[in-house]
Amino acid sequence: MALVRSVLDLIGDTPLVEVSQLSPRPGVRILVKLEGQNPGGSVKDRIALAMVTEAEASGRLRPGQTILEPSSGNTGIGLALVCRLKGYRLRIVLPENVSVERRQLLEIFGAEIVSSPAEEGSNGAVRMAQRLAGEAATGGDDTGGDDIAFLYQYGNPANPDAHYRGTGPEIWRDCPEVTHFVSGLGTSGTLMGVGRYLKERNPDVRIWAVEPPAGELVSGLRNLDDGFVPEVFDPDVLDRKLIVRPRESIEWTRRLTAEAAIFAGISSGAAMAGAAKAASELDEGVIVTVLADGGWKYLSTGAWTDPIDEVVERASRIVYF
Amino acid sequence: MSVEVRLPTVLRENAAGQATITANGGTLAEVMDDIVRQFPLMAGRVVTDEGTLHKFVNVYRNDEDVRYLSQLETTVSDGDVISILPAVAGG
Repeated sequence: MALVRSVLDLIGDTPLVEVSQLSPRPGVRILVKLEGQNPGGSVKDRIALAMVTEAEASGRLRPGQTILEPSSGNTGIGLALVCRLKGYRLRIVLPENVSVERRQLLEIFGAEIVSSPAEEGSNGAVRMAQRLAGEAATGGDDTGGDDIAFLYQYGNPANPDAHYRGTGPEIWRDCPEVTHFVSGLGTSGTLMGVGRYLKERNPDVRIWAVEPPAGELVSGLRNLDDGFVPEVFDPDVLDRKLIVRPRESIEWTRRLTAEAAIFAGISSGAAMAGAAKAASELDEGVIVTVLADGGWKYLSTGAWTDPIDEVVERASRIVYF
Repeated sequence: MSVEVRLPTVLRENAAGQATITANGGTLAEVMDDIVRQFPLMAGRVVTDEGTLHKFVNVYRNDEDVRYLSQLETTVSDGDVISILPAVAGG
């Protein structure tokens, strides 16, 4: 691929890289899909383009509108890149406690940032965006008079569909011998789309979700009904779901760099920890996992350079999924 | 079996402000019953009146989501850590 019309043509078709040297069992291979190779630097470029394209086709998104979206960063950055090229304004509701680089990238791509309280985590960003979208729909005062399009990654079928049509087929094309797919759980779009696709091809493929203990970070809930499960999440697609804590995530993020020369983000370390756990329970198999983004947006956390206790403490206070 | 139960901020006021409590039982359901026996204000907070896990709460046995084990019938062993966390978004 030497000439493309725009960077949008560079979204997807990411490489799958063997990192079996990190497998705890010699009979179990581990392959990682490098989503940091997308032009916006993360897997979320896929759903950003898919949601905008679908909304344009269906008439939900029209020229001159402002796209509103809650995001802990990567979806916002993907949307910002797409909006730059397609001419939409973008307003991202962003928790205050994301890494400084996520905020900087949004600003660089021209997104307007609305901050939501750190103590409410991503749930607070979702609630605030829903409120702003509701006010826009009813002509409320808090919208700046803009014509708002609310694409809402957590409930938009174009999110898992981007993975059902893209990420899943790419994995099957490159590795039809896959036995386990392990991925981080955020909106659940990657797991839903890839999981459904792979299980249709081979019902024996196991789908594992890993997640950070993000609920520990969220102290601002009034009650458990303020909890949040994305509308696109279907629990039946998963076979197993486990927490990977910040220390283990950082340790595996470092091992990816030290032993596989892969510079990936902290959630990728969590995914690798999940893949290693799956491998440790098998005699043979092929585990595919997604490294959602590169390490660039986490340099300020000192993840590779500072004493691990300090980094774990820092990572425990930021949203990195 | 005696297990350590870690509570999220939103539930601590129902357990005398404690972040970690100890409870007994052979299954998660028995552990939850023991928690309610110790702290009656926990009734209905994690397990609904219908006997299922609250929709917006995730419970983990040693960091494994019990919805993918045996739900409330998940067995526990001495020294296990049960973590109760509100469901939250990422992305």
